[in-house]
Amino acid sequence: MNQFSYVRPASQQAAIDALTRDSSARFIAGGTNLLDLMKNGVLAPEKLVDINRLPLKNIVLNNNILHIGALALNSEVAAHPLVKTHHPLLSQALLAGASQQLRNMATTGGNMMQRTRCSYFYDITMPCNKRTPGSGCSAIGGMNRMHAIFGDSEQCIAVHPSDMCVALVALDATVLVAGPKGNRRIPFGDFHRLPGTTPDKDNNLGKGELITGIDIPASPFTRNVYYLKVRDRASYAFALVSVAAALDISNNTIRGVRLAMGGVAHKPWRLHEAEKALTGKAPTTENFRIAATVATQSAHPYTHNAFKVPMAQNSIVTALQKAAAV
Amino acid sequence: MKKQAVGQSMDRVDGRLKVTGAARYFADHQPEGMLYAALVCSTISSGRITAIDAAKALRAPGVADVVSHLNAPPVPGYQVENPNPKQGLKIFHDDRIYSNGQPVAIVVANTLERAVYAASLVKVSYAKEAHETDLAASMNKAFQVAKIKDYLRGEADAWKKAPVNMEAEYNIPIEVHNPMELAGMIAHWEAPDKLTVYAKTQGVKSVQQTLKTLFQLPEDHITVHSQFVGGAFGMALRIWPMEIATILAAKKAGKPVKLVINRKEMFTLVGYRPAATQRIGIGATADGKLTGITHSAVANTSPYEDFTEAIVNMSRMMYACPNVNTRYQLVPLNLSTPVWMRGPGEATGAFALESAIDELAHKLNMDPLQLRILNHADTDPDKNLPYSSKYLKEAYDMGAAKIGWQQRRQTPRQLEEDGWLAGYGMSSGVFSASRGKATASATLRSDGSLIIRSAAADIGPGTATAMVQIAADATGIDVKKIKFLLGESEYPEAPRQGGSSTVSTVGSAVNDVCRTLQQKLGELATANIPAFKALKPADIQHEAGALVSGTSRLDYAALLQQQQLPELVVAATSQAGDERKQYAMYSFSVHFAKVHVHPATGVVRIKHIVSVADSGTVVNTKTARSQMIGGVVGGIGMALTEEALIDQRFGRYVNNNYADYHVPVNADTPPTDVLFINKKDPVINPMGAKGMGEIALIGFAAAISNAVFNATGKRVRDLPITPDKLI
Ligand SMILES: Cc1cc2nc3c(=O)[nH]c(=O)nc-3n(C[C@H](O)[C@H](O)[C@H](O)COP(=O)(O)OP(=O)(O)OC[C@H]3O[C@@H](n4cnc5c(N)ncnc54)[C@H](O)[C@@H]3O)c2cc1C
Ligand code: SF4
Repeated sequence: MNQFSYVRPASQQAAIDALTRDSSARFIAGGTNLLDLMKNGVLAPEKLVDINRLPLKNIVLNNNILHIGALALNSEVAAHPLVKTHHPLLSQALLAGASQQLRNMATTGGNMMQRTRCSYFYDITMPCNKRTPGSGCSAIGGMNRMHAIFGDSEQCIAVHPSDMCVALVALDATVLVAGPKGNRRIPFGDFHRLPGTTPDKDNNLGKGELITGIDIPASPFTRNVYYLKVRDRASYAFALVSVAAALDISNNTIRGVRLAMGGVAHKPWRLHEAEKALTGKAPTTENFRIAATVATQSAHPYTHNAFKVPMAQNSIVTALQKAAAV
Repeated sequence: MKKQAVGQSMDRVDGRLKVTGAARYFADHQPEGMLYAALVCSTISSGRITAIDAAKALRAPGVADVVSHLNAPPVPGYQVENPNPKQGLKIFHDDRIYSNGQPVAIVVANTLERAVYAASLVKVSYAKEAHETDLAASMNKAFQVAKIKDYLRGEADAWKKAPVNMEAEYNIPIEVHNPMELAGMIAHWEAPDKLTVYAKTQGVKSVQQTLKTLFQLPEDHITVHSQFVGGAFGMALRIWPMEIATILAAKKAGKPVKLVINRKEMFTLVGYRPAATQRIGIGATADGKLTGITHSAVANTSPYEDFTEAIVNMSRMMYACPNVNTRYQLVPLNLSTPVWMRGPGEATGAFALESAIDELAHKLNMDPLQLRILNHADTDPDKNLPYSSKYLKEAYDMGAAKIGWQQRRQTPRQLEEDGWLAGYGMSSGVFSASRGKATASATLRSDGSLIIRSAAADIGPGTATAMVQIAADATGIDVKKIKFLLGESEYPEAPRQGGSSTVSTVGSAVNDVCRTLQQKLGELATANIPAFKALKPADIQHEAGALVSGTSRLDYAALLQQQQLPELVVAATSQAGDERKQYAMYSFSVHFAKVHVHPATGVVRIKHIVSVADSGTVVNTKTARSQMIGGVVGGIGMALTEEALIDQRFGRYVNNNYADYHVPVNADTPPTDVLFINKKDPVINPMGAKGMGEIALIGFAAAISNAVFNATGKRVRDLPITPDKLI
């Protein structure tokens, strides 16, 4: 690891200033991803701006909107009564991620900003467009069992590894951002990007911008929800495929539905078409199967990840069944 | 009558030291003036080093040296004329690169952080050559090593003529030991011809011997310390090139140097279970009598060493089968040399054999347990000898009862529980119950305490605890007054801790040194103590740490005090005799598993495991149970999660960390019942204890894949059984 300087500003403005002044500076929150990247030589910031002193830890309900501060820990959010009551899907998704030890360090903002787990991205001896634009994508002709089946490009087929974000995109959250040019709000679905020709850019956060928190609007999805994560071991593994499913059922009819997937794309993957196919229908396995087929129509697998297509379909059906059965 | 110590569930004698952090592992030592090292490793898989630019590293703060083939001190043992073309990797000897991750330089600095940073500044240029790291793509390069010939009993390929038969290929990927404790060494040249090392090793004496040969020093000029080892599973059975690199760096620096390799380097520097492709053909009569087994295996080795293990041997002796032929071959790949990994080759082979038995049972429409019992070998069909002890049939019965085997359905995919497919599977395992040669010394003190020393190792099974129990029963001295010291090269000779042989080998030496001690005490008493003068030493009884004859009784401590002896020291060497030519000696295990498989996602959840060990006397039921559970967890990894993945284009591992190389976590580990036959083997050694470490794992993976087949009707022959293979 390179030598770097370290500052711990007390105000949001000072943090933003520190980052804006120094082109290689980075925020550090829980450090669970950033430090790994530094140890592997993927990132070599000359300055770390520790944001843990900023007052961004609160979890509050205002006018039915749940606000979660960017520094609220993954473990705190998962266990918080407001979250469990109003957005149990988020709690489930968080608990499916990483390990208890990591969740005790990882923050809400850091979770959104975590980089892909593509092995080539972490090994600086192998080409990777995300790490070194223009060097090539090693995953396309290499080991791509964990990689994307949706929204990939010829430049990059990496997936976003977060579980939390899959629930947040399903719940129509909004990202709150403060930056050198003031504050702005980004709909969660627009926060992360597809790789396109700029795979080095994971999201639309601008230089010097700080995530201050997220807002989740009130929703009817407080009961019939399920987060299904399929992985290679029972805990402490990234998703092969994950599904966030939320249903609003009355009189045996689906009034509202939210569906999103993880482990399949460069961003948390919302299934709008499948949602449309289900709205107004009865919550039957047959309808769930139709939705799953719709959801995977645009799938584009590679050498080692073709299994993700049937796995995604089956997982969508299973998650919907579980959500409906609660 | 005093309660026997052997057979008790005794706490580890060093447990407190371990959980309080007082136990000092190799890296915990801190010789005066010690420097820290980090490696620079090759990023190509075959070729030559054309240049090493260390200028920037040498200018970095705190850096003392960058040592490579360009400036390393010579290793005298490397110069010795050796006609064998495969001489192992001679570290820093020339510019040749054989595998990705091969150390090309070692950077020495005054802190670890500085060494690691400076290592990242060393620029190495290479001339790349073509490499091959893919076993499947290299089968045409398979060759036979001279020492492992084809085996034939009866007729070759007899399975082909059998009324019921089948043939299949089984694949197992590279698995990496990945113990928690990282490998490395502290090397300290106390004088130009005197070397002390703190090592992570399964055998201090073997390290001493290797260093003696390589550095051509007198044996007593080499001291090896290794009192605690944080898990090894076979990876510390030999000395590795990076340890020699550390010794060279220390020599050049003139100061002690410590190297602890990182997790990534654990994949390339300290061996692994080689990848293997196996074919089994197996045939039986319509009523299930085996008529032929043909088992061939091809495993990888490195370009510079032939690593061999006993992958096909179980097929020769496990079942009563008149016709068996086996073949074992190697393929050199541009990878570092493999090494034994728990269960070693036997576990690889057992996966194939015990899967094939299950497949044959399915074809016969027979309960696989019945098929095994029907073909039980009453005498060793390979050596044609009776067994010293074998309770395999009892083990089958115990395990079947505990798991509820009667609930298994013969036809797959018949059971459903909570939306999951349920299935039962079983397998058996076998491993040679060996006994080597070892020496122990015993020091009886006039306060009645006893210290036994032997240069054994304890990589986790609880060796010192077992030895204290054996000594307690042999002498009658209370366990609290006995210490067993190990892990020092100056102690009496003991072999490496491997092949499930430590209790048998070192335990026998401990038993025998206690007998020698009693003989000596008897001599002392008959010569000097009036009450015993009329007796011969052999006539004296020994009870609870005292000499007894009729009504006369004299504590050992009192005898020493009366004779004004502060201590009495004896030594004894112990080894097996001719009984090993008269009997076949094996430990057996039986594994039963109940699994759930999710029909939609392909996820496997093991619900219940029963492992039964036929390993003779169980010296300590607590540590033995832990030993078996450890084997189960390793077996779950082999069956469901572990696979070191290589990008063949680069020859580099892509999942070389704990996040991506999946060892089982607690949530993968179900309720596990460990059952022991616990019957003394009357022949093998004074304790009647056979080995247990390997059988805990051998066969286990097949029990899982057989259960998965029973649950789903899908046969997975390529480990690990990840969800994608069942979708
Ligand atoms: C072994 C392992 C397994 C894991 N498994 C999972 C899993 O199964 N599922 C899952 O979802 N996650 C998993 N994770 C990832 C984990 O969730 C993330 O590492 C964590 O959420 C990152 O949060 P942090 O606070 O530690 O971020 P840091 O490491 O501190 O920061 C990460 C990045 O975010 C930036 N950043 C942090 N806060 C802000 C902010 N407020 N505004 C702007 N930028 C910011 C930093 O500059 C940095 O670039 C795993 C991680 C590890 C190491
Ligand atoms: S998939 Fe993306 S992150 Fe992975 S190697 Fe290709 S460009 Fe890099």
